[in-house]
Amino acid sequence: MIEANRQGEVWVFAEQTDGRLSDVPLELMSKGRELADTLGVPLAAALPGADVGELADRLAEHGADKVYVVEDERLGHYQTAGYNAVLCDLIGRYKPQVVLFGATAIGRDLAPTVASAMKCGLTADCTDLQIGDHTDPVTKEHFEKLLLQIRPAFGGNIIATIVNPKRWPQMATVREGVMRMSERREGRTAKIVRSEAKLDGVTLPLTIEEHHRRAKKVNLKAARVIVAGGAGVGSKENFRLLWDLANVLGGAVGGSRAAVDLGYIDHDHQVGQTGTTVRPALYIAVGISGAVQHRAGMQESAKILAINTDPEAPILSVAHYGIVGDFQDVIPKLIKAIRGGEHILQAAEEAQA
Amino acid sequence: MGYNCVVCVKQVPDTKNITGEAMKEDGTVNRGALPAIFNPEDLNALEAALAVRDEHGGTVTVITMGPPAACEVLRASLERGADDVVLLTDRRAAASDTLATSYILSCAVRKFNPHIVFCGRQAIDGDTAQVGPQMAEKLGFTLLTYMEELLGVTDGRLRLRRNAGSGWEVVSCELPALVTVMETANTPRPKAARKIMKFKKARGAAEVAKAVADAMPDADDAARRAEVEKRIAALEAKGLLIKQWTLDDIEADLEWCGMSGSPTKVHRIQSVVLTGGEYMQVEPTEEAIAELVGELIEDHTIG
Repeated sequence: MIEANRQGEVWVFAEQTDGRLSDVPLELMSKGRELADTLGVPLAAALPGADVGELADRLAEHGADKVYVVEDERLGHYQTAGYNAVLCDLIGRYKPQVVLFGATAIGRDLAPTVASAMKCGLTADCTDLQIGDHTDPVTKEHFEKLLLQIRPAFGGNIIATIVNPKRWPQMATVREGVMRMSERREGRTAKIVRSEAKLDGVTLPLTIEEHHRRAKKVNLKAARVIVAGGAGVGSKENFRLLWDLANVLGGAVGGSRAAVDLGYIDHDHQVGQTGTTVRPALYIAVGISGAVQHRAGMQESAKILAINTDPEAPILSVAHYGIVGDFQDVIPKLIKAIRGGEHILQAAEEAQA
Repeated sequence: MGYNCVVCVKQVPDTKNITGEAMKEDGTVNRGALPAIFNPEDLNALEAALAVRDEHGGTVTVITMGPPAACEVLRASLERGADDVVLLTDRRAAASDTLATSYILSCAVRKFNPHIVFCGRQAIDGDTAQVGPQMAEKLGFTLLTYMEELLGVTDGRLRLRRNAGSGWEVVSCELPALVTVMETANTPRPKAARKIMKFKKARGAAEVAKAVADAMPDADDAARRAEVEKRIAALEAKGLLIKQWTLDDIEADLEWCGMSGSPTKVHRIQSVVLTGGEYMQVEPTEEAIAELVGELIEDHTIG
């Protein structure tokens, strides 16, 4: 734990694998920039790894004022113990007021370990972060400019705002895609602060016997059209129709958490607070009731079409178009209309030529 | 050589199956109306521990923290083959966030001095996945998150395949270790019929007290106390008394428990109020759908 430190910087943990930065830290830089500007403090990235110095430029171009680089061969392959030791050392020395992590496999392993070691608070899977004041409801003690950590909670029917008034740093994790990556500003530079990895007395307990990269099965963030299904689709076989529709549209297939849990579709396809956040041109929600965790992951789509048998389904509250009906009946009609539409487009193009 | 395993489990409201009955009129969830279930990935954690014991010998102890009703998941653990179970229940532990919870659980785990602690990757009511890693840090155990397959324990070394996010890796380490287990790691065994017959009568002290209060509404305190003592003695004689511990039993420092041990505070809770959807309703007819598609093509959403 460190004392509340009003001059403390805003930090982003710059996660990288094999010398390649993940998207999340770059996305967090844009939110971090906003928070740092509101607080009037610098934005910094903490970059541990082996041979990662070059990545500092990338972080600067995305908004970092400072980059804390800690290079050591022993940090080449992620191990909790080594990264925890390095981060705790950096936090203890420079006393940032906010530390943000991506809610990735590494971030969700490292952030709670650091929080436990620092005895500070940590809020998982935030969907928004702001700066605001807080008054303790019991003691009436007033705290200015805290990190407001906002996340849906408990079955998605409430949005909780969490604060960490006293035991700093204030830490949060954010899922990939939740924050928008800001434009890269080429040539923007940051102050580089190099330090040695304080790993004396730290044993790295794991023997990594095998390591395999696995490409993600789908890149939902890049899809212009997403056809997503929920529990209402009913079976993996029924999902076939959604794949057909996505194929016709040149889009990708997504799923709600319920659909993933039921085994209709792989977790890589999950949209929502604990999956991927997407903003496609068109999002078609099929048999998805629309818990807030799901809506948090798709409501910024340019156009939303919901197909549901339930006219009261919450998904309709964020939809632009709603079709109340059975998707097994509606999707074939959509496919037919889109194929017909292609003919119209082609005919129009040919007429122009 | 046998290995002693501790499994930390949680009873959670079944947030996956929220039915209409569980919704209050104002649109919020009525927690009390949700069925309480064994957190799904904790069953995978239990299975992993049972597999280690079945192969090498040793013991499986299951710990849960919660109200007396959480004894339900402990009975379910006994019925699947756990050797010993403990309910941690204490009003002073209320309002614990993940940091305080991991502190309390780690104090309880230390009492058993285990070789391996297994936890589910995350609980479905919070999805934070924080308590496991935080316990490992407090215990000084090697942390292994996201186990996808247990490959074995040989000569004091644990080997497993874990999900590394961008791929998977096979890792091994010396014990003691704390492992968080994913749903894909194994198939939890069903309850054994013989054990159900035996353990369906297992009870914790607080459950007994409640049953006695319900059965003897008119009796005075002394009579009830005598009845409770009698029933507890009978359960103990049959090996059916579920251990019930307080924060004092695990020698927890109260400063790090409950409200005072929790750095995170709730600033605000907002109910999600759904505003009436301003959406355009499209009839499920061929004509209406064709018109919709035409509109989407025209504004360059598709095509």
